[in-house]
Amino acid sequence: MGIKIILDNCTGCKKCMTGCPFGEIEVIEKKALVKEGCTLCGACQEACEFEAIEVDRPALQSTADLGKYRGVFVFAEQHDGELRSCTLELLGAGRRLADRLGQELAAVLLGDEVEGLWQNLVAHGADKVYLADHPTLGLYQTESYAAVLTAVISKYMPSIFLFGATTTGRDLAPRLASRVNTGLTADCTSLEIEAETGLLLQTRPAWGGNIMATIKTANDRPQMATVRPNVMKKPTPDTGREGEIIPIPVSLDPKGIKARVVEVIKNHDWSVQIEEAEIVVAGGRGLQNAENFEVIESLAKTLGAAVGASRPVVDSGWKAHSHQVGQTGKTVQPKIYIACGISGAVQHRVGMESADMIIAINKDPDAPIMQIADYAVVGDLFQVVPELVKELKSRRKKGESAI
Amino acid sequence: MRIVVCIKQVPDIAEMEKMETDPETGNIIREGLPAILNPFDEYAMEEAVSWKERNGDEVIAVTMGPPQAEDALIKCLSMGADQAILLSDRQFAGSDTIATTWTLAGAIRKIGDVDLVLCGQQAIDGDTAQVGPMLAENLHIPQITYVSRLVLEGKYITTTREVEDGYEVVRCKLPALVTVVKGINIPRVPTYNSLSEAMDKEIPVWGAEDLDIEKDRLGLPGSPTAVTRVWTPESRSQGQVLRGEPSELAKQLAEVLLNPLQN
Repeated sequence: MGIKIILDNCTGCKKCMTGCPFGEIEVIEKKALVKEGCTLCGACQEACEFEAIEVDRPALQSTADLGKYRGVFVFAEQHDGELRSCTLELLGAGRRLADRLGQELAAVLLGDEVEGLWQNLVAHGADKVYLADHPTLGLYQTESYAAVLTAVISKYMPSIFLFGATTTGRDLAPRLASRVNTGLTADCTSLEIEAETGLLLQTRPAWGGNIMATIKTANDRPQMATVRPNVMKKPTPDTGREGEIIPIPVSLDPKGIKARVVEVIKNHDWSVQIEEAEIVVAGGRGLQNAENFEVIESLAKTLGAAVGASRPVVDSGWKAHSHQVGQTGKTVQPKIYIACGISGAVQHRVGMESADMIIAINKDPDAPIMQIADYAVVGDLFQVVPELVKELKSRRKKGESAI
Repeated sequence: MRIVVCIKQVPDIAEMEKMETDPETGNIIREGLPAILNPFDEYAMEEAVSWKERNGDEVIAVTMGPPQAEDALIKCLSMGADQAILLSDRQFAGSDTIATTWTLAGAIRKIGDVDLVLCGQQAIDGDTAQVGPMLAENLHIPQITYVSRLVLEGKYITTTREVEDGYEVVRCKLPALVTVVKGINIPRVPTYNSLSEAMDKEIPVWGAEDLDIEKDRLGLPGSPTAVTRVWTPESRSQGQVLRGEPSELAKQLAEVLLNPLQN
């Protein structure tokens, strides 16, 4: 491993200086000079427009080095200073793996003024929290996050690194895996340690859930995986747990980032967050038109559920694409999935078949969705759903309902 | 401006039940399955071609796959790609996402002067969404994933990136790689004429020898991950069928919903 400046190509433009998150590169007499603290994070190579920097990371590490990689690391995803629920789920899964290996569990936390979150990470199982706190890290941007995490991998050499399979995790983890040249498995639903080898067994659905595959990364480190939200159990927090916080000093210049987030627009309609919801109420062609979706929304509101839609509904413009469940939409794994007026073509089923419980409401008892439902309700959704809303509300009044 | 669209031929999901896996490698045997252009890649193709129509850009479709993946490239040509290149070689076989990226990056470097690389957000067979970001890293260019709106203005792109709780506007100087979601456009349906013209076009095939990549980066040897076991999960079966008056059904469902753990 090493870094080389190709002096003939270097123009002294200082883009690498701006790009380095650690202030470890300088331009002296119009040529870049790498300082001793270089973490080989690769940010300067990304920043350079003249192919004047080469960072050498051999693809195939010798198996003798693998033992040097120790510990289970979890990327602690936070948005606006709040931890994503999948982060806590990852800590639960990571704790189990770390105990099995007899190694440490560390959380890696990046953000702007997020130090206050570290105790919560420890309470949920982390032994150590690596913290990079900087205004430029306030928003997730691929380049800055990838640079800091590459440095963490180079310096602390984890054996396993886990991410939530969110839009952030699925953007960041492959970028990072490619930079350090290691294996990455997407959307895992189960993680185990192989008894004989101590390797991470990563199980994921493939081919739309028709197949399960167990995958391992035998000769490269870290073994990286993204984990589907809602699958792993959140651990019970123990506020008495002790842990250590280790700051990672960074000096990021926002000007060094090429793909820049210039605006963030929040959708305050939580009903669209179908991937993380515990209950999803979804509507299909049986709704007949956009206005009738109110029936679905009223049930979702009563249950505190998110609203899903089948493809025909989205293609007809009754619901935005962000609500679509299935092959060309989102894959969801809620505790309860309520399918109303959805026939259940395979393209839809692959997006929801992993739900813990499926309730289908359909006039047609032979519809494919009814064949996989735990509760196949034969009836007219326009009658059954409003009745159900009424029933739930009256029970809530009587104080019977926790939901 | 030169746009490369990376596409994949995938099996038609409706035919999934019929497929087999190689008991030794655990890899999927694709022969005999009806194949289609990955639906997400159709959106990437449409996006590229619609910009070509406005700005006169050059659009090149690239795929790595077996010889029959040519069919997916013919579809890209019929949608309006100027050129299509098939990366096919026994040495590419067994590639995981990272090895695939090395091959695609080799081809993009060989094409040269590429301003924008477009990919679908993911392929419907693997669903990993990894090739886009890995390819961007390999090419040392920025990436913007899950894009539902793309605007090209000279040497800059402005994109709308879909995230869980809303969206972000991301601006970036080219060259860059963008992966697109379904909502970005409505792909055109090729006409009979465009299809027959596409079938007459020559599709060059590039093998490992044509690309400047070390051999140990390709195919199975270049893949850090290995599938060790593949199985078919037990398919879900029907539970209880509930029939009756709507008010009765509502009562039963309320029980289920309020006490989910007991069921």
